[in-house]
Amino acid sequence: MSAPEEGRDPQSVGRFDVPQQVPGPDAEPARRNGHRPAAQAAPTPAAPPTPADRVDAGPPAATGPAVADRPGDHWDRKVANGLAFLRRRLAGDYEVDEFGFDSELTDAVFHPLLRVLYRDWFRTEVSGVEHVPVDGPALVVGNHSGTVALDALILSAALHDKHPAHRYLRLLGADLVFRMPVVSELARKTGGTVACNPDAERLLGGGDLVGVFPEGFKGIGKLYADRYKLQRFGRGGFVSAALRTGTPIVPVAIVGGEEIYPMLADIKPLARLLKLPYFPVTPTFPLLGPLGMVPLPSKWLIEFCPPIPTAHLTDSADDPLVVFNLADQVRETIQQTLHTLLERRPDPFGP
Amino acid sequence: MTPGGTSGAPGVVVVTGVGRYLGAHVAARLAADPRIERVIGVDAPDAGTEFPDLLDRVERIRVDSGALGGLLADLDVDAVVHLALVTSPDPQHGGRSAMKDQNVIGSMQMLAACQRAPRLRKLVVRSSTAAYGVSFRDPAVFTEETEPREVPRGGFGRDILDLEGYVRGFRRRRPDVTATVLRFAPFIGSTADTTLTRYFSQPFVPTVFGRDPRLQFLHFDDALEVLHRSIVEDHPGTYNVAGPGVLSLSQAIRRAGRVAVPVLEPGLSGAAALARTMGFGRYGLDQVDLFVHGRVVDTSRLEQEYGFTPRSTAAAFEDFIRAHHGGVVVTRDQLAAAEKLVLDGIRQVRSAMRERSS
Repeated sequence: MSAPEEGRDPQSVGRFDVPQQVPGPDAEPARRNGHRPAAQAAPTPAAPPTPADRVDAGPPAATGPAVADRPGDHWDRKVANGLAFLRRRLAGDYEVDEFGFDSELTDAVFHPLLRVLYRDWFRTEVSGVEHVPVDGPALVVGNHSGTVALDALILSAALHDKHPAHRYLRLLGADLVFRMPVVSELARKTGGTVACNPDAERLLGGGDLVGVFPEGFKGIGKLYADRYKLQRFGRGGFVSAALRTGTPIVPVAIVGGEEIYPMLADIKPLARLLKLPYFPVTPTFPLLGPLGMVPLPSKWLIEFCPPIPTAHLTDSADDPLVVFNLADQVRETIQQTLHTLLERRPDPFGP
Repeated sequence: MTPGGTSGAPGVVVVTGVGRYLGAHVAARLAADPRIERVIGVDAPDAGTEFPDLLDRVERIRVDSGALGGLLADLDVDAVVHLALVTSPDPQHGGRSAMKDQNVIGSMQMLAACQRAPRLRKLVVRSSTAAYGVSFRDPAVFTEETEPREVPRGGFGRDILDLEGYVRGFRRRRPDVTATVLRFAPFIGSTADTTLTRYFSQPFVPTVFGRDPRLQFLHFDDALEVLHRSIVEDHPGTYNVAGPGVLSLSQAIRRAGRVAVPVLEPGLSGAAALARTMGFGRYGLDQVDLFVHGRVVDTSRLEQEYGFTPRSTAAAFEDFIRAHHGGVVVTRDQLAAAEKLVLDGIRQVRSAMRERSS
């Protein structure tokens, strides 16, 4: 295992140091490109009423045009954009990629909702975003927690907002997610797909940023007493996908997810009956009914660790020794980062 | 090899299923190709004569599929295009059992006949992307190597799996024959009449609640082009044939100006079964499963091997919409007008309020 360790530093520096500091000036317009032409097209047919609007605003404009005009325009644009968005949705004028990812819907609906949750409710602090490459593929591997897989959604929204290139994180989910109606479609529309090697390799091969939680249900379904103890990483399928495509692995530690729904017990017979992996009992959940679905406002810290390059190991994708060693390395990195983050956050519900 | 045939093009071509839309068009197209000497359309004795004007340059032979073996040998056939597949049970023509007879038994007899035809050197078989089956653990995009994880519930999907199994056996026994299997996505186009085009032609379209499958279509003209190239060129192997790109079902319904009516899945399966037993509607479990899981295939192998890219799924669907604008409930212009109306209304109210306050 010493060989990859040695090769790691110079390569990671050479590969990720230069571009990440660049704020990516053209990244922002590129991301919104989908909106702009349509959004600009929308107000044009509605151009005639705008002069009329101006005429109304005429008398105050004489005294202070900049002050009186700006709020009106701002709201007018917002309304026009919203209506244009609605019309595009109703006419089917949007693009969906082959995995079902709908970037317009994600930007306009899901990310704003998640933004409220991660910024205002969980007061999330993100560090180490510079370790996520600005372009090209990377496999983001995180710890899973919280009874409901909210941490995956928070991670993808926070990464998209904080990253200089505003990249989308394409999450890989368990097949249970895709069995459930509605949930499966939400997962696909926000860029998720089934956790299987063909999909992971296809996304990585296309230069996407892929997010995976190798603990799976063992991670989110663990009891509160076991919080921040990483569970087994399974067969390390995520490592072989990274190796086969030569993609760097970016470990990420997420602190805060464990406290949102602290799971005190697991009613196994009920879980078997409902064909779920576990049936949680939290301080609020079956007791307060639907009110128990409100996550507790814990303080969240997310830290991305330096990437682990795999380009030199492409031939060893089916070598279990290499795969397990690399999986262990990722696991250790996440576990240690979790400990340091927990020291920085003595009070789980602090400011 | 054949006196009349040029380098790749065969001299005598047999097309099965010429009584149906696809078969008739393929036979007519091959007959119009000067490189091909003779095109013979083979059909079951009880098949209808739906496309007589298309088939005036095609020799038609009505024969029971059991007697096909002697026929292929007598005619000195160079190539066979097997298109005689039924995609959904037709209650007027024997329902599911007749469909299975045609798809499985008919194909078996066809392949047995091909095996005994001494001069045969090319076989083109129509298959379907239904060969990938449906499962919740399926990858999002199927390549030709993807193995089906679960046997499909629908009859057509099972027939396709059987058919491809027989073709594998044929390849083993006749390695000298160039066998091409084309896995087609559902056909769509301005003139094609299929289960899916009828589905999208309704003003109110039933969908499965909580599911928005990813769909791919293939323009009918591109299907003809690929079949034609498979006969006159040599492309051994299995290929996905679909329009690149994806439409989600809700998006397709909105683009077509129709209204989606979500139905709970058990209800839809039950309704499909009920409609079948009562003798109307040709929706089966194949369609219900497609509308739960969706199906997207990778077409890069086709593009590389054939040097041809079918028009995109969105473009093929656009062509279909243009030809079927009759049942439109909501048009784009109406939506744009409604948008303008609401926007103007809000602007007027706001300017009135500002006037009052100033």
